[in-house]
Amino acid sequence: MKTAALSVLVIDENRIRASIIEAGLREAGHDHVTLVHDVAGIGRRIAEINPDVIVIDLENPNRDMLENMFQLSRAVKRPIAMFVDRSDSASIEAAVDAGVSAYVVDGLKRERVKPILDMAVSRFNAFSRLARELEEARSELEDRKVVDRAKGILMKSRGISEAEAYALMRKAAMNQNRKLSEIAQSLVTAAGLLGDDA
Amino acid sequence: MSDARFEISAGFLPLLDSALLVMAREKGFAAAEGIDLTLVRETSWANIRDRLAVGHFQVAHMLAPMPIACNLGLTPLAATTVVPMALGLGGNAVTVSNALWHDMAAHGASDDLSPRATGDALRAVVAERALGHASPLRLGVVHPHSGHNYELRYWLAACGIDPDRDVEIVILPPPLMADALGSGSLDGYCAGEPWNTAAVMLGHGRIATVKAKIWRSSPEKVLGADARWSDANPEALSALLRAIHHAAHWCAVPGNHTELAGIMAAPTYVGRPAEWMLPALSGHLGTVENSLVDVEDFFVPQAKAATFPWKSHALWFYSQMVRWGQAGHSPNNASIARETYRPDLYRTALKPLGAALPGANAKVEGALAAPTPVGSAGASLVLGPDGFFDGSLFDPDELDGYIASQRSATV
Repeated sequence: MKTAALSVLVIDENRIRASIIEAGLREAGHDHVTLVHDVAGIGRRIAEINPDVIVIDLENPNRDMLENMFQLSRAVKRPIAMFVDRSDSASIEAAVDAGVSAYVVDGLKRERVKPILDMAVSRFNAFSRLARELEEARSELEDRKVVDRAKGILMKSRGISEAEAYALMRKAAMNQNRKLSEIAQSLVTAAGLLGDDA
Repeated sequence: MSDARFEISAGFLPLLDSALLVMAREKGFAAAEGIDLTLVRETSWANIRDRLAVGHFQVAHMLAPMPIACNLGLTPLAATTVVPMALGLGGNAVTVSNALWHDMAAHGASDDLSPRATGDALRAVVAERALGHASPLRLGVVHPHSGHNYELRYWLAACGIDPDRDVEIVILPPPLMADALGSGSLDGYCAGEPWNTAAVMLGHGRIATVKAKIWRSSPEKVLGADARWSDANPEALSALLRAIHHAAHWCAVPGNHTELAGIMAAPTYVGRPAEWMLPALSGHLGTVENSLVDVEDFFVPQAKAATFPWKSHALWFYSQMVRWGQAGHSPNNASIARETYRPDLYRTALKPLGAALPGANAKVEGALAAPTPVGSAGASLVLGPDGFFDGSLFDPDELDGYIASQRSATV
């Protein structure tokens, strides 16, 4: 016997993350996925979509408003509970760790909802990893720029070669147990203060 | 390396009354008790509740009715939560848009923050709008299980306005209230400081009345603790309560208010100008630009047993949950509410300090018309005045009668 497809509503102000979750759900065969980025007028949207599962990010400052709405029958035709099974504390913990929360209409079977929750959690984690890697790549680039500027300052002020300037900074970093980029940043800052920036 | 004996993580929302927790950390009271106290600013009360439930936080700055709602099973997810301490009395206000105040003033609203006069004026405006088929006024509160929601509803109902029928009450996070008022999507709201002063400073609205006048010396935020953690770590809990006790004393000293406001203004805490924090601390409340009203006991961080978790406060919140259809009334539910607040844990922690400890666990709320010395262990203690603006009393021993009388009171 074929059961009706579940309708999933994803509320996330972060459009990229929402799209990543949507793609995952569609790949897993869920065709009834709706994304909402802005909570304005959300009550009416929920009434139209009549979702079985609502996935929401924990950064959303309107969670209290949304939860209150879920508990009012005007906006939601069936009562909505958080998570499918309160006793499944490992799943709940994984979700909160990942920064996502889910609300599920009462009476849905656990085995139908669990894959959706697991998908949302893994995609949230993947997104966080991606964001972290991007941030690291960005700061690495910044670090390299600062090191280049510091090298230039040393070359000019001491009349040394690029290799010598680099070696000087590395030695200072090792002696002071600091990162090369920190040494470079102090050099650039000091030069800026003294007005002899290269 | 930290040589702390206890590591505790606490969640909080950006509100002035998180000051007791913040000062416990910033002024070294937690460290002096051997606690490495980590404070995490959160964006919603739901996050606070969830992260307490999964063990990210051991304790949190919580709306006083929230732990009761958790234990009654009214929330989607929750750990069993106990309240070993309150985080002060008062601190809220009702702010209305300039347009609504204009209408209320035409119906006799006074600028002395009187709940009766402003409430009567509001009722007249509500009636006028109904006659003209205007949409009902939309009022914001921060959470359905909040002192804000219950005191706003109490005030409206006592002034003849049905909170469910005559107005629309919506939920909004406190930092968004002032902007919502300015943009016209709200007509008024009840929130904690500095979010009323915010609307005044930005010229978006006017403070109409205050919690301290609706119910003087009434509870607002509490320290909620994950019961699994507090049961397993009684020494850590006691140490934290002592740290907050010292922080409360520090917060109560007028000479510290400028420093307190400066610390709370930091981006990691409230993240708004220090001068927005000062009115609540001094009680010199700017109700509208260039207009000051002195409010006694606007926010009480320490005096009058302000950190004592009265069981009568828990039961009053429970009575309002029943009144507004959030919870059913049964002896079992009443008992859950009563047992959520734990004065025994408070006494255990503070007795060695010789702090003023009330002799009773509950009191008749609204009974004291003037400051009154009461029986206490340790230092002497003065309570009150603690009146409701409509002159009614809440006797926790007459809970059934109170609930029945509010049920039968037709608006």
